[in-house]
Amino acid sequence: MRPTTKKLAVLGLCTAVALILAYVESMLPPLFHAVPGIKIGLPNIIIVFVLYRFGLREAAAVSLIRMLAVSFLFGNMMALVYSLAGAFLSMAVMAVFKKLNFLSVVGVSVAGGVFHNVGQILTAMLLLGTAELGYYLIVLAITGTVSGIFVGLCGAIIVKRIPKKLI
Amino acid sequence: MMNQEVKSTPTAKNGGRLFRNDVIFIAALLVVVSLCGLCFYLFRGEGDKVVVTVDGTEYGTYSLAEDVRVEIRTGEAGEELNVLVIKDGQAYVETATCPDGICAGHKPISREGESIVCLPHKVVITVYTTEEKDAPDIVV
Repeated sequence: MRPTTKKLAVLGLCTAVALILAYVESMLPPLFHAVPGIKIGLPNIIIVFVLYRFGLREAAAVSLIRMLAVSFLFGNMMALVYSLAGAFLSMAVMAVFKKLNFLSVVGVSVAGGVFHNVGQILTAMLLLGTAELGYYLIVLAITGTVSGIFVGLCGAIIVKRIPKKLI
Repeated sequence: MMNQEVKSTPTAKNGGRLFRNDVIFIAALLVVVSLCGLCFYLFRGEGDKVVVTVDGTEYGTYSLAEDVRVEIRTGEAGEELNVLVIKDGQAYVETATCPDGICAGHKPISREGESIVCLPHKVVITVYTTEEKDAPDIVV
């Protein structure tokens, strides 16, 4: 399954846009100072778009490359571990829900958003060895739902508006 | 034919049905999260110290392990009094000179996050757990 040149170019473009969105998001002021880690997850709009337009393999590839690039550019390696764990679980859950075909883009995105946080917290629990982080997960599950709705709506609009002929 | 259409374009036409599913899914998710939160709240651990703050600034920290009696004097000349008693790992306000006496009527507190508030005197007594011991709770 060799990708066509066009597909490769488009996926590269998507990765670049996801990177820019990650950069834009890093410049936004934090929403709540009290609870760190609450993010809208703007790059996930692109991930959702790629997942729906191309498929799981492509979305996973874009997601992985974008996280590696973000970590090398702005973050540190510790953040990468959390991101990878979150993204892996998120991608797997989104793929399952998409396959089940009873949720729209929004629902799938919400599942992805929540499980992104679940993956990160589970990793933190394993690495830090504290069970108290469970409280934190509840807060993040709610914010993950809200940001998942936002990301899903944006993703759905983009999937709808960008014609198949173009990409 | 129609079914095929729904499968290929999840956002189009039959989006109404999918949207309803989304709402159900999100609602279910929030219910599960709330239940988890409730469980955490009900089964939260016992704290091991109480922190007293007066008008937002810390007044003192007392261990729940030792029985003590603390007179919290507030107001300009220390004329406002709340007597905090720690006994058998529980903290309560024994007597208070505040007009409403709500703090003195409050049940003893010992669980993490519980608090007794005396609004007239701006006194807040909250149970905390001392941060991290060296040994991890779970080993994986």
